Amino acid sequence: MLRVISRRLVQLVVTLLALMTLVFFWLRSLPGGPVDALLGERATPQTRELLTRALGYDQPIWVQYGRFLKNVVTGNFGNSIRTGEPVTEVISRAFPATVELAVAAIIIAIGLGVPLGYLAARHRGRLLDNATIIVTLVGISIPIFFLGYLLKDWLTQGLHLFPPSGRISTGMDNTDVTGFFVLDGLLTRELDASADALWHLVLPAVTLATIPLAIIIRITRASVLDVLDEDYIRTADAKGLRNPTIRKRHVLRNALLPVVTIIGLQTGALLAGAVLTEKVYNWGGLGTLITDSIGGSRDYPVLQALILLAAAVFVVVNLLVDLSYAVIDPRVRVR
Amino acid sequence: MTRALSDHKRRRIDELIARTSEPGGVSLLRDAGRRLLRNPTAIVGGTIILLFLVIAIFAPLVAPHDPIQRFPELTQKLTVDSIPGATAGHPLGSDPLGRDFASRMIFGARQTLFVGVLATLIGLLIGVLLGALAGAIGGWVDNLLMRLTDVMLALPSLLLAITLVALASRSTQWTVIIAVAIVNVPIFARLLRGSMLAQRESDHVLAARALGVKRRDIVLRHMLPNSLTAVIVQATLTFAVAILDAAALSFLGLGDPDINRAEWGLMLGVDGVRYFEVRPELAYFPALAIILVALGFTLLGESIREALDPKNRR
Repeated sequence: MLRVISRRLVQLVVTLLALMTLVFFWLRSLPGGPVDALLGERATPQTRELLTRALGYDQPIWVQYGRFLKNVVTGNFGNSIRTGEPVTEVISRAFPATVELAVAAIIIAIGLGVPLGYLAARHRGRLLDNATIIVTLVGISIPIFFLGYLLKDWLTQGLHLFPPSGRISTGMDNTDVTGFFVLDGLLTRELDASADALWHLVLPAVTLATIPLAIIIRITRASVLDVLDEDYIRTADAKGLRNPTIRKRHVLRNALLPVVTIIGLQTGALLAGAVLTEKVYNWGGLGTLITDSIGGSRDYPVLQALILLAAAVFVVVNLLVDLSYAVIDPRVRVR
Repeated sequence: MTRALSDHKRRRIDELIARTSEPGGVSLLRDAGRRLLRNPTAIVGGTIILLFLVIAIFAPLVAPHDPIQRFPELTQKLTVDSIPGATAGHPLGSDPLGRDFASRMIFGARQTLFVGVLATLIGLLIGVLLGALAGAIGGWVDNLLMRLTDVMLALPSLLLAITLVALASRSTQWTVIIAVAIVNVPIFARLLRGSMLAQRESDHVLAARALGVKRRDIVLRHMLPNSLTAVIVQATLTFAVAILDAAALSFLGLGDPDINRAEWGLMLGVDGVRYFEVRPELAYFPALAIILVALGFTLLGESIREALDPKNRR
């Protein structure tokens, strides 16, 4: 097992390095590049040359690449072109906002998705099942940013049920401890701040949860249906095992494997949905950072670091999913 | 030691292989087609797509106006906080530039079809080529190509598309199409490779090899055709994802910069959300169209998969 994990980890690092190498050479091959992005088109040749030298772009490409690799390994991504702050600082400031949003979304998606998918399968062909199928189909066909605007329009402007944007009400005197606003409120006993942050979290989390929720429901339903068809369920039934025992030990346990896979994949992909969701709700997390670093002046140092971060999260989650198979299903030998 | 077979013998063997690959009675395709026509889900999906295709093809005949013409009677009524709704001759009212919104919606079918089909086809072609190479040649070629797909799959698909467009020096309609296509390349490549590897060990390929059929012919005439069904299903499903991704890119400001282009994703992602509070219909109509078409392709794709699944054969 340990040898498997270490081999997979090496593979993972190689993949990430290859990705960063591709991004590096692609960026260097662009006409203009970061210097033009920073100075605009009207800069004098002198300023341009000064900055080129300051940023080290006058060095041979392999020297630049070597330094780039060293920086990536040591976690030094340079400074943001837009704000001038170190990239790591910019990212770690936005990080908690997105994690909070993603955790809320995945709780909704799993908490609703697995039971709903299971119930739909148990009541196959009945009203609940058909309704679930239709709703999930629409869920995967709707552009989620549009859903976000729709929810915002109906529930904030119309009914004033939720705040339209941001993570916390302006004027709320909250103490920043961890950057996770809901958690901070609990830690500092400012429960009103926690409640306010939670209230702001509802709509963005629902928006972000839509696609994973729909997919988890569909996979759970299909998987449970497959298991219910198996001979061993009929056997268990015939033996006179009580229904709850069959459900828990036989159906759920066996149906779980594909569900775990899809939960892992969807969790890793949440950052992609967060880019859209955060723009709708002006959330100010990593997604907002991605949108900001691609619009107008392209903030390549930030973008590079974000790409690496997103990829790292994604491949690590995938690895964890693969490893969890062995725990859930002893028949699976991880290779 | 293998001796080249005479043409006559080879033809006879291929004939026999062709005949044995059809297990007595109905062929898989005919059987699947029959099951597809009996499946209401497939009928609904197919009807939506057919309707969409008809509108796209006959757009100039269906649309009341030119989609890029600005009408003085509409532009006069445009203000900061109002965009005219339905008036005589303009059933869906105006867009933010005083153009006939109904005509833009109708012509939008064309552009959306164009983006979706091209993105899917380009992704499919490159993916199938890479997957077939990996599956047929194996060895280091397979290894290299699969590591390449690993790198592409290291990012969630929409993020990869965003990255690709952001890293292009400037955005055009083609940037969007290519980015969405590239995102799907590793999926097609892996799918085809997996299917070909599975077949390499299967009886019909073994038989063909034992009979001395050339490797090229085994790959092109036995392995590839048998792997394509999975690819076709995937392509149908990919179309839905492609137009959703294109809409998302437009929303992020990475879409086609051409203001004359009438494409649903662009109409929704740019004007639709910008004027959501002024005139939500500008978002509702393209969104509804996208949902319907994506739904149609998903329904059809899943019905095809179900119909082709040997488990469902009777």
